[in-house]
Amino acid sequence: MIKAILIFNNHGKPRMSKFYEHYTEDTEQQIIRETFHLVSKRDENICNFLEGGLLIGGSDNKLIYRHYATLYFVFCVDSSESELGILDLIQVFVETLDKCFENVCELDLIFHVDKVHNILAEMVMGGMVLETNMSEIITQVEAQGKMEKSEVRAAPLSYLLEF
Amino acid sequence: MALKIVKGSIDRMFDKNLQDLVRGIRNHKEDEAKYISTCIDEIKQELKQDNIAVKANAVCKLTYLQMLGYDVSWAAFNIVEVMSSSKFTYKRIGYLAASQCFHEGTDVIMLTTNQIRKDLSSPNQYDTGVALTGLSCFVTPDLARDLANDIMTLMSHTKPYIRKKAVLIMYKVFLKYPESLRPAFPRLKEKLEDPDPGVQSAAVNVICELARRNPKNYLSLAPLFFKLMTSSTNNWVLIKIIKLFGALTPLEPRLGKKLIEPLTNLIHSTSAMSLLYECVNTVIAVLISLSSGMPNHSASIQLCVQKLRILIEDSDQNLKYLGLLAMSKILKTHPKSVQSHKDLILQCLDDKDESIRLRALDLLYGMVSKKNLMEIVKKLMLHVDKAEGTTYRDELLTKIIDICSQSNFQYITNFEWYISILVELTRLEGTRHGHLIASQMLDVAIRVKAIRGFAVAQMATLLDNAHLLTGNTQRNGICEVLYAAAWICGEFSEHLEDPMQTLEAMLRPKVATLPGHIQAVYVQNAAKLFATVLRKHDGETESQAAQETSQLLIDRLPLFVQSANLEVQERASCILQLVKYIQKLQQKNVEVAEEVTALFAGELNPVAPKAQKKVPIPEGLDLDAWINEPPSGSESEDEKPKAVFAKEEPKHSRSRHTEVDEKELARRREVRKQEQASNPFYIKASPSSQKVYDAPGVEHIPVVQIDLSVPLKVPGMPMSDQYLKLEEERRQKEKAERKKKEKKKKREKRGKERKADSGPESEEDITPAHQVDIVTEEMPENALPSDDDDKDPNDPHKALDIDLDKPLADSDKLPVRTHRPEVLKSPAEDRDGESVPQETKKKSGKEKKKDKEKDRKRSKEEKKKKKKPKEVEEELLESQPEEAVQSEETKEAAAPPTSTSAEASDLDFWLSSAPVPPAAQEVTAPSSSAAAVDTSSAAAPESEPDEPKDTEPEDTKSSKHKKKKQKKEKEEKEKKKKKRHHHHHQHHGDAGGEDSVQNGTVEEEEPLPPMSNYSLLAENSYIKMMKEDADQVYDIQGNHQDESKVVVSVIFENKSDSFLKAMEFNVLDSLNSKLQRPEGAGAHDSLTVPFQLPPGVSNEARFVFSVQSIVMPQKLKGTLTFIVKSDESSTHEKLDFKLHFTCTSYLITTPCYSDAYAKLLESGDLKGSSLRLEGINMPFHHLLARICFHHHFSVVERIDSCASMYSRSIQGHHVCLLVKTSDQTVSIDAKCDEPSLLGNVLDEIKQTFSKC
Repeated sequence: MIKAILIFNNHGKPRMSKFYEHYTEDTEQQIIRETFHLVSKRDENICNFLEGGLLIGGSDNKLIYRHYATLYFVFCVDSSESELGILDLIQVFVETLDKCFENVCELDLIFHVDKVHNILAEMVMGGMVLETNMSEIITQVEAQGKMEKSEVRAAPLSYLLEF
Repeated sequence: MALKIVKGSIDRMFDKNLQDLVRGIRNHKEDEAKYISTCIDEIKQELKQDNIAVKANAVCKLTYLQMLGYDVSWAAFNIVEVMSSSKFTYKRIGYLAASQCFHEGTDVIMLTTNQIRKDLSSPNQYDTGVALTGLSCFVTPDLARDLANDIMTLMSHTKPYIRKKAVLIMYKVFLKYPESLRPAFPRLKEKLEDPDPGVQSAAVNVICELARRNPKNYLSLAPLFFKLMTSSTNNWVLIKIIKLFGALTPLEPRLGKKLIEPLTNLIHSTSAMSLLYECVNTVIAVLISLSSGMPNHSASIQLCVQKLRILIEDSDQNLKYLGLLAMSKILKTHPKSVQSHKDLILQCLDDKDESIRLRALDLLYGMVSKKNLMEIVKKLMLHVDKAEGTTYRDELLTKIIDICSQSNFQYITNFEWYISILVELTRLEGTRHGHLIASQMLDVAIRVKAIRGFAVAQMATLLDNAHLLTGNTQRNGICEVLYAAAWICGEFSEHLEDPMQTLEAMLRPKVATLPGHIQAVYVQNAAKLFATVLRKHDGETESQAAQETSQLLIDRLPLFVQSANLEVQERASCILQLVKYIQKLQQKNVEVAEEVTALFAGELNPVAPKAQKKVPIPEGLDLDAWINEPPSGSESEDEKPKAVFAKEEPKHSRSRHTEVDEKELARRREVRKQEQASNPFYIKASPSSQKVYDAPGVEHIPVVQIDLSVPLKVPGMPMSDQYLKLEEERRQKEKAERKKKEKKKKREKRGKERKADSGPESEEDITPAHQVDIVTEEMPENALPSDDDDKDPNDPHKALDIDLDKPLADSDKLPVRTHRPEVLKSPAEDRDGESVPQETKKKSGKEKKKDKEKDRKRSKEEKKKKKKPKEVEEELLESQPEEAVQSEETKEAAAPPTSTSAEASDLDFWLSSAPVPPAAQEVTAPSSSAAAVDTSSAAAPESEPDEPKDTEPEDTKSSKHKKKKQKKEKEEKEKKKKKRHHHHHQHHGDAGGEDSVQNGTVEEEEPLPPMSNYSLLAENSYIKMMKEDADQVYDIQGNHQDESKVVVSVIFENKSDSFLKAMEFNVLDSLNSKLQRPEGAGAHDSLTVPFQLPPGVSNEARFVFSVQSIVMPQKLKGTLTFIVKSDESSTHEKLDFKLHFTCTSYLITTPCYSDAYAKLLESGDLKGSSLRLEGINMPFHHLLARICFHHHFSVVERIDSCASMYSRSIQGHHVCLLVKTSDQTVSIDAKCDEPSLLGNVLDEIKQTFSKC
């Protein structure tokens, strides 16, 4: 199970957070801070795993992260997930973001966090890996995007109809 | 109204959207909080408007603010409003917000049930998808109960996109509503073989997650997973399955034996590091579970260790880390294999990466032996000196102590050395682990009697130099060591050279700055020292020294009497009075030494952890009963003693209240009290009594770093390094001596006292420097081995510990809504209705009893097997002719949810045969369509009220049949076997019963004849090829208009005694059908079969064909070439075969709703044709099951002896059948939009029935 997926930047500002277990808002912020603290002090070129923090669950858990330019992508997982598998998954996630946003950068994530959530929802559901095939993910995301667009075009009409 | 709407939409233009909000926050860096609070006010305004677009926008912004840590639960109702919008855009925003902030405590969640249900059944797959995604995050027990049935229906949705989500979310539903697990499990299991890889992967994921927590319930799935493992190419799925096997093997060592070979093959062949790593991990788990009795055992271990070494040596830090992690697992059972890589691991201690260093430390723990302990610890001590950062250094410290103290100080040969190591460790600046060191000192001093003299001397020096430890602050964790030092000096003061000096050191004014509990120990032990001093001067008349000591105490103790700490104050004033009294006596020249010493007489022994807990409650003792009857009236006061008592031992409180009169109780209490009083270990767990690593008090002591630039060298303290040299010299000497002498008897004695040494080679040759007597921990008499304290009662997975093999009973149903008439009936529900009631009724009576009995039997059997599994296996094989056994197995395996005992023996059988027999392989492959029929009906969740009508006659029949069955059971096995053979209508050549697969619809009143979807393809003396009817047909999305892909599974079985390799598979392509070859290969190139076959082994390969037109059956000629390799020679051989694609194989079982079916027929696009079958002598439901199984149809509706059926081709042709029966005549009216396809399908149906 994946317990949480966090994206924050080099200064610890959260860019997206998804918790698959319930925490209060305060605890969530603490977890983000703690995770940032743990991850940010690590050098580049050292391994991408680290034993979990204190707040998010116990000895069974691990933090698996990747650092891309200004952003950290952190997955907090338990022992049922394969470490290297999750690393690959992060890679798929980032590449998918890159395709969907066309050369993704931190600003895209800042302004379109909802879209990031929607992309993630096609990959991970309720803490379990749903899909790892990038083209399949993109197909579904785009299909939903199209649907949204068609609704937006239809929207003004519906106001007129109400007169 | 209209105006309001116009206003709303105009307002909207000026509203902030999410991007504006983010921008605004970025522009107000100084007063962010203030800006956001104004934004929240705006959002509140927006939420009050009627316009859903405005609301959705507001909710979208709230979701963002939630991420920043703002509580948005106040908008929960608005979120529900947005969720229920009819527009996907808004709905998605609503569900996202809900998934981010709803939880079990959100009360509006109960309002969402119907909305979610509506979305789940929406015709738009993305509405459904969004609802499932959202639900997966906030599902509550109520939602799970109410929606379980809807979600289960979605598991059979036509779209894989929905199916995979529905499958995945079932895990969450199970967690919240465990009752749903049993009814839903058959369908979940069926999804393991879903044609869509995504759905399959989701099902594997869910089952693995379930099995991880309660593995024993999933053992029976092992054959199925085994098949998936050998056939799947999806690494994600493979990894999950392999991880699952890792969890299963500890329960079933025979499974491990079976796994070793395919796993080692994977290790050799895979290029994916993740897969390789998981394989190694599981092989390790297997080897741990086997731990003995495997001949090529060491080869596998060597392979693992080798691969891990490669990982550790890799420059990729991730691989290095994982390699070390896996290595530590091997270490537990096979330390020797790891020990040879000590160099590599020590090297990792110097790695720049802390995670890696920590892993290497873990490994060191298991690598020490008597021989290398000192050397390794020396190396670690060097690292302690070098280490930057207290965390890592503290970790080193704990590891050093762990390594040394493991298994009762097994590896320590020289305790003087260990004490000096501990003393050296006290010089660490600002460590948190003072307490740990202290408890080690206490432990060693108490348990190793020989070392007490040395220890006391060292501790006295420590006390003397206490100022160095405490530094300028008393808030340093290391001062805990003084606690141990003071206690050791006091308790074993007879070993002190100069007790007076130590006493003086313990009563220095500076001591008052130490933490209270340490001062208390100081005071208490000062009294002990005082007693020793008195004794020393015993006999000397008018001893000046003794009186001086009394004076010293009287002078210094008042300082402690004033202490703010109660404990210190109490002890100090008590002792002060005592000393004053003694002083008086001294002045009168009375001998007091004797009496004073008596105060502290007695030996302290270590008590085992949990010792007290393990004392059984004596017969007749009821801890809940009143000891004294409570005086009536003032109840509130009387609660107290009870509460205290219950608190102490709540676990043992069984209500075994026997009438014991009060006197007896009182007497017993008295006895117990006395016992406790005379037992010094009863009262409290002093740190000396056990190893306390996680002492509660330590965390509260803040760590303050003290800056000491010069490393401390306390005068008079020995350096541990000296011992290394000494030890070496000693060992050299001993070696020389031993050459002359025989083994001493002494050592034998030592061997008894300690656990048997399992260390490497010359371990035994090293004698400890001291004659060490390690006092073992005391255990109370008749202690119970109760080690079940580790289970967490709050684990949600506990509720999911459900036996899934038991047949479903009436109570195992998912709640279905009844207040609304069902307009749409899913085909699954339809089929359920048909067969379920009889089944449950039948099961509820005798069968259940039988099952229980069988269960018991099975457990007995298993016990037996544990003792001598081989014998039992042989018995099994001897008692029944092989074929009979196999056919039984195959039959049972296909009907897993209904047959418990058979299941177990099934698994046993599967496990018992060493090489993979073909039968076992196929058993695990019931075609998806067959599984759909039997499992969904077994699931029995939705029984229709109008059913009983046609079940009644069947019911009576079934009881008759049962009698018959019972008779049969009495008959001899031989006969039984014949009978069963009689049922095998469908043998395929000489493949016989071996490759027949029954679709096991046990719920029907009469067992269905076996059906197989494997047919013999070709065979010669070397090899047999069998083809699965291409029910794995699917069209790949995007190109279904021009061509479709068909997957053909072929089983290759090696019949010879030789090794078959370099198998190449080739067919002559026709215009219509082509074998898919890898890119770059020519049109006539053959495909290499991706495995080799040792003698007697079979394996399955899949080939993909692209087909253009599907209206006609196809035949393709093909050749298999291979090399037969025996000991002396190797020859090229070939085998020709014909691959037959029937039209049926292009049909996919597709469920169809009855109304959709009706529309389809009404549309008039379909052309009709019909077929009459004479002399069909089988029950109607068998007939239907056959059509479903062999021709991939599903039943839409069935009324008496008439049924409508539906199937769809991979290119989207609809095929509808109306099947009627009367008097051995079956008429089939069929309609299809492609007449030639229909004609061919009907021909094939005819053929199927002409065979039987």
